[in-house]
Amino acid sequence: MAEHRRSPEDPTRRRFLGYLLAAPTLAVGVTWADAALGADEAEASIPSLPQPEDLFDLGDLQNLAALPTSGLISVQVDEDGTASFALHRTEVGQGITTAVAMMIAEELDLPIDKVRITLADARPELLMNQLTGGSNSVRSIFTPVRTASALARQQLVRTAAARWDVPEDEVATRDGVLSHRSGKSATYGSLAKVAASDRTVQVSVSLKAVEDFRVLGKPQNRIDALDIVTGRKRFGMDIQVPGAKPCMVRRPPTINGTVRAVRNADAVKAMPGITDVAVIRYGVAVRGETFGQCVDGLRALDVDWNPGTVDGESDATVLAKLRKARLPLAVPPLGALSVEAEFTFAFASNAPLEPDNAIADVRPDRAEIWSTLKVPIDARQDIARQDIARQLGLPVDKVVVHVVTGGGSFGRHLFHDVAAEAAEISQKMGKPVKLSWSRTDDFRQGRAHPMCVSRVRATHLLGNVLTYEQRHTSSETSFSHGLGEMITSTAAELPIAGNYTFAQTIFLLSQSVPYNFGVVTQLLNEIPLKFNTGSMRNIYSPNVVCAQELVVDKLAAKLGKDPVAFRREFLKDDRLRAVMEEVVVEGRWGRPLPKGVAQGIGLHAEYRGAVAVLVEVDCRPETVNRPISDGVTGPRVTKATIVIDAGLPLNPRGLEAQMIGGLNDGIALALTSSLHIKDGIPLEGSWDNYFYTRQWNTPPDVRVVVLPPTTGTPSGAGEIAVAPSFAAVACAYARATGTTPTTFPINHGELGFEPFPLQPSTPASPTNGLDSAF
Amino acid sequence: MSQHTFVLNGSRVTVEVADDVRLLWVLRDILGVTGPKYGCGLNVCKSCTSHINGKAFNPCSVPVSKIKESDEITTIEGLPATVGRDLHPMQEAWLEEDVSQCGYCQPGQIMAAVALVRKTKAEGRQITDADLDGLRNICRCGTYSRIRTAIRKGADRM
Repeated sequence: MAEHRRSPEDPTRRRFLGYLLAAPTLAVGVTWADAALGADEAEASIPSLPQPEDLFDLGDLQNLAALPTSGLISVQVDEDGTASFALHRTEVGQGITTAVAMMIAEELDLPIDKVRITLADARPELLMNQLTGGSNSVRSIFTPVRTASALARQQLVRTAAARWDVPEDEVATRDGVLSHRSGKSATYGSLAKVAASDRTVQVSVSLKAVEDFRVLGKPQNRIDALDIVTGRKRFGMDIQVPGAKPCMVRRPPTINGTVRAVRNADAVKAMPGITDVAVIRYGVAVRGETFGQCVDGLRALDVDWNPGTVDGESDATVLAKLRKARLPLAVPPLGALSVEAEFTFAFASNAPLEPDNAIADVRPDRAEIWSTLKVPIDARQDIARQDIARQLGLPVDKVVVHVVTGGGSFGRHLFHDVAAEAAEISQKMGKPVKLSWSRTDDFRQGRAHPMCVSRVRATHLLGNVLTYEQRHTSSETSFSHGLGEMITSTAAELPIAGNYTFAQTIFLLSQSVPYNFGVVTQLLNEIPLKFNTGSMRNIYSPNVVCAQELVVDKLAAKLGKDPVAFRREFLKDDRLRAVMEEVVVEGRWGRPLPKGVAQGIGLHAEYRGAVAVLVEVDCRPETVNRPISDGVTGPRVTKATIVIDAGLPLNPRGLEAQMIGGLNDGIALALTSSLHIKDGIPLEGSWDNYFYTRQWNTPPDVRVVVLPPTTGTPSGAGEIAVAPSFAAVACAYARATGTTPTTFPINHGELGFEPFPLQPSTPASPTNGLDSAF
Repeated sequence: MSQHTFVLNGSRVTVEVADDVRLLWVLRDILGVTGPKYGCGLNVCKSCTSHINGKAFNPCSVPVSKIKESDEITTIEGLPATVGRDLHPMQEAWLEEDVSQCGYCQPGQIMAAVALVRKTKAEGRQITDADLDGLRNICRCGTYSRIRTAIRKGADRM
């Protein structure tokens, strides 16, 4: 038990400040955030100067923005012996609640099943520290949450020591029990009231050394796993709010179209189960007893529509505009001494499996919202007052926003479109509503990662790469959520000069080339088309890194080198070098494979972590043409090996899960999943149109290796595997077929499905479901 | 409106609702059984997968009028009772493999997995990669490889 005693007087350990809060049971708040700015600067003793991302990345921006307000988060110990923490982040599957529970269990010496994590409502006083995105949650929470937990433990130790009249350093803690060698012991719960402070006082504490971790660093299963497998986990649509009846919306035939006239609202209102019909900003809302009846009602509506914001646009027109907007390359082509390539990436949907939904109860004097929101403060302000077309005319403090655990996000929940729409409907109907978008709404009117073109030119001479230029041109990505505000408020402290847009700032803070390629420039240009866009998992990196790694393979081929040998020679990032060497061994790089099957490797460092992915892709006709009804087969990734250096891995099991998820996203982006834009709207309407990776596409053989700690701080995890997986699959495909693809996903040119009609906007549910029972 | 009676998770239930309302909404919006999830309403994503008389089906695509009085509907909530335990072996395998991420598709995945294993056992054979490839349930978090491992593990104990 001695190892659990920690001397509060140890002068060699860094101390962290916090407060004992005046509360009925022990409560601790922290005031200090470890931004770790510039803590791991890239080595600069190389021909390529560090790019902005090397020195200061998107997560650092978020940490900087979080600094002034992190002090307001608190851990409470309750009389039942549990510790509670209302997390100011959103759980959408990435495992943040489990990671935070582990941090609290670690510093409090409490079993993890006695830690209760809930999601905090929108807390305006937290300002920008309540944003879930950019793989930043663990990075920014790690120190404050451990500090609060350590302070709570310290206060329990002090309370027990005083009560037993023994020195504090003789009190040990384990599994929620305090003990002394004299045989005295007490549970945390029994001291929770006595340990409480009657006034708020500042205290300090030192944190456990990494070597002493008993919980962090060990594989831990998700804390919500039992609720999930029993169907007890509550998502937005599972929450019952009195009077909040189901509601769906008839939507326009083009993106952001508006209602000109509704001819039969009264007749629809009289349909079985329908209670209300209301015209809203982008459609006509129907409220009823069941969602099924809402679908019937919205389909029966007879509506005339005004045009939308991109009515004339299709894939080809957007691509033409992108090509016109490309920024020039600075270095002239050197004929045989240059490698040039241009890649087109189609629109991709960030829709999670759980359709966008929100519950809103708007009254004349107040409003209450429940939704999965990664920037809940933004939602609260907008819903209350900022969004003029939908303003409720309420003071912001009369709007309560509850954050609900989400069925995925992938960028979608950075925006609060569905919550704002639910509020608008509830206000217009004067009743509470439970709004769900239909699956088809999610694909056709929901936000997407926009089409972009990445052009690369690299020059080489005498076996050296002299220049690497990448010009990324994209249809506009909206950052009009909290991340945009964060950039505005921290602009003066960012290491990039010039009048950049939000998008260019994020691009520069997230991109860098990890190779010694001489003069390196990567620039972004955007065209202002008004599609509904937003960040998608790993934002720009999947496209940028895929283009980069394909060009790296081309350079290697041109210099007559094996892709791994070439990378070994030119890599400037030691952490990437280490993960690559590991993946080469683990994934058996260079092993003999039949003709038509090949390996590919992709490397990527971001979020202060590094990942290498090695895949094998089978492009033989018997695999490509496997019959699957209503699905695309195509080339199959048969084997994948992923190695991650996560700095300080906190939960290897969770990290492994995020690597597997990122891999399947990368496979989808490379091979199968995209939106086809035609006359102002995507054609995709279901998961049999938008071909996200399915069981018949996923590799039967997947291995993930989490490297032992390499730094003292955890990296981001949720997004980092997408880009290198995409790149590895693309590189393997190029090697297997002998042709480097230039359009992604590779099957985008063929429309592999019959689109649902554009109107009515939501298809009827089938009635023959029993025929496919098995 | 008409009355519809069937057996839900071992208990007889009667609901009053229009004939063409799909069973998913009867379960979720009227009976408050929220384990089966809405992911598309098109019999595509399979996140509402439940059992009818032991076979996997998707209630989003079956009008309530097609359910007979004698039909036994089992949702994820009623799965453990079918083996008389707190958790079905497939649920235990899911926990051991820590399959879930967001969890939205997982009740449907588990129900589909149980039906697949029953089917292959009835055919007197082991689960193959081709069987697993044939599962249509979407997992947008991409947990597929852990699903495959868990199904094989669960199958050994069923």
